[in-house]
Amino acid sequence: MVNIPSSINDPIPAAEVEDVELYHPHSWWTTYVFSQDAKVIAIQYSLTAISIGLVALVLSWLMRLQLAFPGVFTFIDADRYYQFITMHGMIMVIYLLTALFLGGFGNYLIPLMLGARDMVFPYANMLSYWIYLLAVLVLVAGFFAPGGPTGAGWTLYPPQAVLSGTPGGQDWGIILMLSSLILFIIGFTMGGLNYVVTVLQGRARGMTLMRMPLTIWGIFTATVMALLAFPALFVASVMMLFDRVLGTSFFMPAIVEMGTQLQHGGGSPILFQHLFWFFGHPEVYIVALPAFGIVSDLISVHARKNIFGYRMMVWAIVIIGALSFVVWAHHMYVSGMNPNFGFFFATTTLIIAVPTAIKVYNWVLTLWRGDIHLTIPMLFALGFIVTFVNGGLTGLFLGNVVVDVPLSDTMFVVAHFHMVMGVAPIMVIFGAIYHWYPKITGRMLDETMGRIHFWVTFLGAYLIFFPMHYLGLLGAPRRYYELGESVVNPPSAHDLNIFITMMALTVGAAQVLFLFNAAWSLRHGKDAGGNPWRATTLEWQTPTTPPPHGNFGKELPVVYRWAYDYSVPGAPEDFIPQNEPDPENRSREHAS
Amino acid sequence: MSAILIFLAGLASIIIWWMAQQRLTSKPWLESARASDFSPITRSQIPTAKIGLGVFLAVVGALFTLFISAYFMRMGLQDWWAIPLPGVLWVNTAALVVSSIALEMAKSSAQQNDANAMKIALLASFVTAIGFLAGQLFAWRELVSEGYVLADNPANSFFYLITGMHGLHILGGLLVLSRTTFNAWQGEPPKEARLSIELCAMYWHFMLIVWLVIFALFAGWANDFVDICRQLLT
Repeated sequence: MVNIPSSINDPIPAAEVEDVELYHPHSWWTTYVFSQDAKVIAIQYSLTAISIGLVALVLSWLMRLQLAFPGVFTFIDADRYYQFITMHGMIMVIYLLTALFLGGFGNYLIPLMLGARDMVFPYANMLSYWIYLLAVLVLVAGFFAPGGPTGAGWTLYPPQAVLSGTPGGQDWGIILMLSSLILFIIGFTMGGLNYVVTVLQGRARGMTLMRMPLTIWGIFTATVMALLAFPALFVASVMMLFDRVLGTSFFMPAIVEMGTQLQHGGGSPILFQHLFWFFGHPEVYIVALPAFGIVSDLISVHARKNIFGYRMMVWAIVIIGALSFVVWAHHMYVSGMNPNFGFFFATTTLIIAVPTAIKVYNWVLTLWRGDIHLTIPMLFALGFIVTFVNGGLTGLFLGNVVVDVPLSDTMFVVAHFHMVMGVAPIMVIFGAIYHWYPKITGRMLDETMGRIHFWVTFLGAYLIFFPMHYLGLLGAPRRYYELGESVVNPPSAHDLNIFITMMALTVGAAQVLFLFNAAWSLRHGKDAGGNPWRATTLEWQTPTTPPPHGNFGKELPVVYRWAYDYSVPGAPEDFIPQNEPDPENRSREHAS
Repeated sequence: MSAILIFLAGLASIIIWWMAQQRLTSKPWLESARASDFSPITRSQIPTAKIGLGVFLAVVGALFTLFISAYFMRMGLQDWWAIPLPGVLWVNTAALVVSSIALEMAKSSAQQNDANAMKIALLASFVTAIGFLAGQLFAWRELVSEGYVLADNPANSFFYLITGMHGLHILGGLLVLSRTTFNAWQGEPPKEARLSIELCAMYWHFMLIVWLVIFALFAGWANDFVDICRQLLT
């Protein structure tokens, strides 16, 4: 048994840490392909997510081209347009953001930041990736199936999702979409169990919950939420699959289509909406919470200052996670549900702004009088704060029933959720990649290309989505293939559409530069060393960079302090790593 | 959606209880250089696999509760005719109960280091679980032959959907149980088999509870229960 030290100030020798048995791969295949190492799985997850995300990016260009130049690109007909918006939305929300934050960053950072050798169930972790890959392949198969992918909109509302008027509704599209979602959820559950249990059981000696970096708090809470919210999408997908394939009537009401009475009858489309948004709203925070966590760490490291109000940050993450389960019906104000529900859900929606605002204040107060280094990760972190605040403010409009009803299904909504859930988390993802790329590869990303990438992306995203609010206030509806010349689309608004499209193409081009940078720096980047940002967390203290199999050397690190000891008065350097004991203790350790 | 909210509230209270023990009010910035103020080991003494299974069961619980939520919401609509339950379901229930009890016996004989009793109990549990699945298939066939097919009525659809989902979970558990049973018959000492038997037992008891809940649901007792609750509240 472990000896409890007599004084709480005694350092605990690392030898007492119980180690785990690690699976050691024997061949090239088990090292790089069917790997059980969380770092390799993280890179597999990330590359797959980014690849499918590029497909979604191209789809968004095609949509924008159609909106700016209707009729010019003849291969984009109405059906194609709907397929593009559906696949763009679904890929971005689930297959890119969720997979990248939890599967990518979660896998890479949880074991390293907690001082663990690996995830607790490495085999299930490996399966998680391969099922995710299968889900992506099934999704992509939709593009090649007869009739193409589904064009039901990313919310897949029945009855239209399974009717013949919707692209893919009576073909393979919707079946492949639902199957892919079911697979994704099964795969995610395997990974999610790992992330949660590793945080519970895999922490190094001394790493109490309140010493964990906020990145881990964000990913941990988001994973717990995802584990409980994804089953709702699972249930909805399975039931809709039954409706479509086996002719049941869970969601399908009695419908006359093209003069023929369909065999369905009596089902409730609203039931689907409840199930979908019971998943869909927590999903917003499943993406946002890891972003909140990561951005807290980026700001603290690059402002050389401890995070302001760490405890409050942790509590806010947990409270946001809990509240996000009781706000789902604010997506359904126009669905015809009981108006009293609207009142309830508007209230909970506004309450969730409180912990979120606390987080924003704490970020700003961390920056206050900090030694701000305008590195690229810091630029992206600052970009995130601004974007998130802007996107969040329009959320206050849409959260109120009376304001939401006229704005519902307009471009205002599109602008809102792209700001808050699209651009803001993407800013964090880029910041995180610039921040951790040196640890993953051992080389820095190129600075000049990085700055161009940031400014074009940040300013461009504003130029895309700010004018879109104006279109929405004019009344321009979302999901319309072609508006023609109408009250909601006067020539001035149409010019704005052309401008937005130009900006979208420019921002897209900047992402190509980023990809080039990532590939080029792999060989030609500046050598990073082990800890280029002079950060305190454990992943920067590994014996070699990139971290070896098993992450740490012979002995696991012991944690002596929280993750934010920057610019401590009297300390020899402006950061003290988490695994560094106090000087007096260190000398005692050497003496013994 | 009230069923899932009640389920989540229960889960939330477990999470709050757990978090209350984690000293979330501590001030980590004042605690530097103390490797561990309150506990030399930051992890729980419960085996990691058991915690993993516990988290998984929470997910499975959410899944079935969501099916039940959907069932209640769909039931309120006009076209609902309750399905007559085949009598064989009672036999199936008994089989699943026996299977669960057998696993519990296997667990206690593993604790007492009684290899023979453990092996027999495991086999009994395995066979009765297969009996349960066969009985479920038989119940489906009986319903189909009486004309209660899947797409005719939402009550039928839900019956096949939820029992099917439950059956799939039992099937998944059987894969693990078969491995545990096989290993035990291959001569694995009870000491080493213990954890895996405990995990099987935990899963089996949980699936038994799920089955009892959905059985009550289809038999209509759950509705009576909900009605009583409603009357008490009003």
